[in-house]
Amino acid sequence: MIRIAISAALLASAAPVLAETHSIEPGDGAQERLQEALILAEPGDEIVLAAGRYHITDGLSLDVDGVTVRGAGMDGTVLDFTGQQGAGEGLLVTSDNVTLRDFAVENPKGDGIKSKGADNIVYHRIRVTWTRGPHEENGAYAIYPVESTGVLVDGVKVTGASDAGIYVGQSSKITVRNSIAEANVAGIEIENSRDALVEHNIATRNTGGILIFDLPNLPVMGGGNVIVRNNLVVANDTPNFAPPGNIVAGVRRGTGIMVMANDNVLVEGNLLSGNPTAPIMVIAYVQPYDDERYNPLPREVVVGENTIEDGGYDPQLDGADMLKAAFGGELPPIMWDGLGSLYVSGDTPGWTLGLTEQGKGLGDAQPAPLAAPAPAADFDETGIGAPAELDERLG
Amino acid sequence: MKLGGLLLAAAALSLATASGEARRAMPDVADDVITGDRLPRTLEEYGFFIHADAQVPTLGVVPYRLNTPLYSDGAEKLRFVYVPEGQEVGLGEDGLLQFPVGSAIIKTFAFGEGEERRLIETRVLLHRADGWLALPYLWNEEQTEARLAVAGARIDLSTPKGEAISYRVPNKNQCKECHGLDGAVTPIGPKARNLSAVWLKEHFGMAPKDAGVMPVWEERASASAEDAARAYLDVNCAHCHRPGATASNSGLDLRWEQHDPIAIGIMKRPVAAGRGAGDLLFDVVPGKPEESILLHRMLSNDPGVAMPELGKSTIDEEGTEAVRKWIAGMPDS
Repeated sequence: MIRIAISAALLASAAPVLAETHSIEPGDGAQERLQEALILAEPGDEIVLAAGRYHITDGLSLDVDGVTVRGAGMDGTVLDFTGQQGAGEGLLVTSDNVTLRDFAVENPKGDGIKSKGADNIVYHRIRVTWTRGPHEENGAYAIYPVESTGVLVDGVKVTGASDAGIYVGQSSKITVRNSIAEANVAGIEIENSRDALVEHNIATRNTGGILIFDLPNLPVMGGGNVIVRNNLVVANDTPNFAPPGNIVAGVRRGTGIMVMANDNVLVEGNLLSGNPTAPIMVIAYVQPYDDERYNPLPREVVVGENTIEDGGYDPQLDGADMLKAAFGGELPPIMWDGLGSLYVSGDTPGWTLGLTEQGKGLGDAQPAPLAAPAPAADFDETGIGAPAELDERLG
Repeated sequence: MKLGGLLLAAAALSLATASGEARRAMPDVADDVITGDRLPRTLEEYGFFIHADAQVPTLGVVPYRLNTPLYSDGAEKLRFVYVPEGQEVGLGEDGLLQFPVGSAIIKTFAFGEGEERRLIETRVLLHRADGWLALPYLWNEEQTEARLAVAGARIDLSTPKGEAISYRVPNKNQCKECHGLDGAVTPIGPKARNLSAVWLKEHFGMAPKDAGVMPVWEERASASAEDAARAYLDVNCAHCHRPGATASNSGLDLRWEQHDPIAIGIMKRPVAAGRGAGDLLFDVVPGKPEESILLHRMLSNDPGVAMPELGKSTIDEEGTEAVRKWIAGMPDS
């Protein structure tokens, strides 16, 4: 509490603030001590969580700019929310220039870590796990930055989310890399966001590996300028365990990389294997909607060279057997619904549903081999990804 | 003009026989404490009360009520506002009273009747030169003092309906989760539409045209089902579910003045509800309350599903019934 007087004095003098370190140990009152440090921290301060297991019963929150929360490693410092009694997430961040690194969040009742309106945030070597594995009563999102400009997610590990492991929504200037998303409904999801780079990640045993979505009736729409590159997207074969009302509940088991209703997306250099519905799927938004501002089509989507081991050998689609038979026993690796615009470089085969109108189901499909044109020009990568200065906070 | 306060003060003085830290001669409100840059450690430092334990306010601290209040596990809530002498109160676009710098809004949460009444916490909103500041004060067991509790607390108690709960005193950040709008702390409750026209006129000389249009909760039977439910949703949900606030990314906007059906949830699909949606597909399905996510979440006590996320740990039977009635009465689309 001495700190209150100090901070007041500093505020009064408006002098430059010296960064301070607040060390927190697990044990009695750890939650109160940690939450108090999160509240009383000044910009530039670092909150250091010693190794150990912290039993947390309420949501934690940080609303001070420029604070770093650092643990002793994603398996060393564990914030255990198994006994959580309130709040919608484990940790909520609502301030800018925050760095979260080297700790774990286990079994939050809702989302894991949510950062909202938190510009230039870094998630580094964070782990969020629902320890019982896939379960529909697990929280929705493990790592959940939303309405933010400047998001760097690097080296995180997320398991068991009943919606998306790494979910970036209504944001821009995003990089998600070097991370592992395992046994979530969606491994990595970029939704209603622009200028996103998703690379060097592993997405495995999810229902769908990597999803690039745009949805209607949201404050921020018009998703696009997304690169999905050099990811390992393997064995995404977990049956969908999302609650039915959520958009990802419609994701078919065995989807590798899915692009829905986005503009200007590049998918290249990925290694896809064991995604039995469709290694790569490009489609329009499927539901009816009422929103004049919304474009439901995939536009200017480019599928470059990827290494694809197999195609839709066990698709979770209506009429799967007939479809497989029509294509010689296995669906070709790229699935398009026929709406919007798709370009494919190289010789990766695909198939189209041949739809002519948004909102129609497979019943109106006229399946045919895909004959997509090659991209006319190089993909413009300008401005895609998190601001370079966020890298300085790693290491 | 401040007759109510004077009468209360006089009554209090005549009763001032007991002594104790929480009882003092009629204090002046400490303007310098409100506008200063400290986080005052005790509620007493502000000088809002003559008898803090009896919640008898000093001169200039005016009690008020909201027509439709926020549900807080059935807590009795004692609301007061203080405006520095000679200062004007304005009216914002959405009818929110614009209190000048130096003002304070005070809300005490209590459980129990009569002699049994126990004050749990007092939340203050201070209007300082750099904006509003929200601080929670926790009452001690002896009821002699309320101390600053920036990290909040949990307290075991019984609600008026006899439910044993672990009551959550919010921490300073959680104050902002509800009181945050476009990144700044703001008052929520005192909007003209939810305040008595008589009170507004008497204390601030104001006569806004929509003063008191929201139903008085105890008299909601005489209001339309829609007005009762929309007032309830505005007061209990719209501080987060509106543009610029904590749940803006949901796209759900439950403000009283919002009339777009999708924005208020009618046949709107959830965005980030996760398991909160249960097996349901839409926020509000006309005629079908049992299929509406909005009501489903209000009827849950499970963190991660329950709405609102903060400020309550029991289900509001009256509020959910008002919402149920509204949805049930909507014509099917």
